[in-house]
Amino acid sequence: MKTRRNSFGGSGISRRRFLGLAAGSAAVGVGFPAILRAQQEPFKIGHIAPQTGFLAAFGKYANTGAQMAVDEINEKGGLLGRKVEVINEDEANPGVAAQKARKLIEKDNVIAITGIVSSASALAVGDEAQRAKILFINAGANSDEIRGARCHRYVFSVEGSNTQYVSAVATWLLQQPNLKRWYFLTSDYAFGHDLLKVTQKLLQKAGREQIGSELIPTGTADFSSYLLKVKAANPDLVFQNLAGTDQTNFLKQFKEFGLEMQVAGGLVDTAVVWPVGVESLTGHFPLLWWHELKYPGVSEFVAKFKKIAGDPPENQGWGDYTAIRALGEVVKKVSSTDSKAIVKGMEGFQFECLKGRTLYFREWDHQLIMPMYTVRTKQKNEMKDKWDIFEVIAEVPPQGQSAESIAIPRSESLCKMEPAD
Amino acid sequence: MTWPALTEYLLNGFVMGTLYVLMAIGLSLIFGMIGVINFCHGILFTLGAYAAVVLKDSVGFGPSLIISPVMVGILGMLVEVVFLRRLYRADPASGLLLTFGLAMVAEQLVRIIWGTSGLPYNIPRGLTGALSMGTFVYPKYRYFILVCAVALIAGLWWFLEKTPYGMIIRAGSRDGEMVRILGISLRPIFTFVFGLGSALAAIAGVLMAPVAGVQPAMGTDVGTAAFVVVTIGGLGSFWGAVIAGILVGEVVNLSILIWPPMAQASMYILMAVVLLTRPRGLLGERWEKFE
Repeated sequence: MKTRRNSFGGSGISRRRFLGLAAGSAAVGVGFPAILRAQQEPFKIGHIAPQTGFLAAFGKYANTGAQMAVDEINEKGGLLGRKVEVINEDEANPGVAAQKARKLIEKDNVIAITGIVSSASALAVGDEAQRAKILFINAGANSDEIRGARCHRYVFSVEGSNTQYVSAVATWLLQQPNLKRWYFLTSDYAFGHDLLKVTQKLLQKAGREQIGSELIPTGTADFSSYLLKVKAANPDLVFQNLAGTDQTNFLKQFKEFGLEMQVAGGLVDTAVVWPVGVESLTGHFPLLWWHELKYPGVSEFVAKFKKIAGDPPENQGWGDYTAIRALGEVVKKVSSTDSKAIVKGMEGFQFECLKGRTLYFREWDHQLIMPMYTVRTKQKNEMKDKWDIFEVIAEVPPQGQSAESIAIPRSESLCKMEPAD
Repeated sequence: MTWPALTEYLLNGFVMGTLYVLMAIGLSLIFGMIGVINFCHGILFTLGAYAAVVLKDSVGFGPSLIISPVMVGILGMLVEVVFLRRLYRADPASGLLLTFGLAMVAEQLVRIIWGTSGLPYNIPRGLTGALSMGTFVYPKYRYFILVCAVALIAGLWWFLEKTPYGMIIRAGSRDGEMVRILGISLRPIFTFVFGLGSALAAIAGVLMAPVAGVQPAMGTDVGTAAFVVVTIGGLGSFWGAVIAGILVGEVVNLSILIWPPMAQASMYILMAVVLLTRPRGLLGERWEKFE
């Protein structure tokens, strides 16, 4: 018995100890390749932004913003011990965007999708994301529908909604005592109608007067007849919700006619205006973010962005950066890359990102609640470089007040979200 | 509405009208002479504007106002010599189909070369801002358009009515056979007229570029309006085109004042009314070849 025992355990290791070691090494054997895999295979984030077509101007900013966020995450050791990688795809049109989203989900196994500029694409990608139950963070599309009638459990919006934009500038304008009589000029399609509705409601609440309102066909090149009509009506303010080049064309002609009333717009795309030059712009606008904001971290962010892209970050650079940065923080918080867990973690999630105060995703419509900025177009002689076209004149709502006031209230929202599963 | 305001309106309609006139005279000349309905006319307007954008940095706005139409005019002549000439004996519809196809190809080429989103083009220095006389305020640049267009229209009238070349064009339009019998070859005249029409469209494009911006589809609306103007004025009639152009400018402009949703339809309604009462247009005469 003793000999047998010796021959069996001759090395002096007891059976218990041996089993313990064996179990341990088995654990290591399973665990070791997992670590190896982590080093080889980073988490992937799908990023869809326009590189071709009429929105292509945004693509550069979106891609740079996304890359900067991913680089920062990796510099700080990645997510859950793994590196993160961004896969860029082109958002050519809604059909292509949805197809790219499917490819990212099914073939690349991304943990989430972000990006998108056009609202039609955002709706299409949102539907795909909800179907596959993979998180989609909309970083650039404004339509209220995305957070309203077609909101989804798996879709969040970092980009401001049309309501947030137009409320921001209108709230400021309505505080100006001299702007009593308003004249509206609106692009005659869904986008324009949306903005007009929101503004008219605010106008009524403030007890100001609408003295005229025209719907203008998109693609109108010559606004002279409308301008003469505005001139004859002599309002205090022309509030125009015209889209894209219609807006720059209109403002150019507004200047040409030497009209002296104030002019403002519900939305302006900096990426469209920068290449055209400040000559084609005048008046007050709302901005989601601006590279001259004086908040902690902004100047470092801008300097880094400029080094990579050559230009300072446009709104879109901030949007895609913020989307991925928030995603990273939530993944760390919930210690999981499972979309269901991330979605739960994101609802109500509070964080800071270059806007000088705490931002959060509203639980019931997944909109990022944040302040916007009312800006004034600078004169050419006030500009220090070609990007310096706006002066921020107000944060709306001001520091200390809840930013819910410029977002759509729950009582008016059409959002009915799928149950959390 | 006060009198100065109404006058501003009428003036603005007149200025818009003169651009339609420039487009329509070219279209009318080409149709009268060659018998081709030129669907390229809108894109020639666009090409004029793009040529001006390309030229403005090297030569400036003034010279580009001359060089760009000359370039487009030469392009028009090439089109006539290389393509259109082969189709004069074929079905009249083939000229229309050719120009229609060329217009589509050219517009896509513009998109490929200069991009889809359009190019910036500002009002030349010295012509920015408005000229005010009391409450009557109107942009300087639009006065400039008016002066250029009226001078051109007057020059064209002089050319067509008072010079032997003009006489050949008029005679050739009316009865080409007779002109040939008199020993005058119409071949170079055809080429010249197509080039002249193209150049007129291009001038209208250059004049409009600083106001409306330069983008690939900018000629579509103007091109269509030119057809309407020619139809209202009467095919082949110089003064018909002038009167109809101004009329369309005024009608479109005033309908925006009175009821904007009407604006786009107004010129077609005008056309329908004119055709119902005067099937050959306002000043259209009975031409054997068009009957």
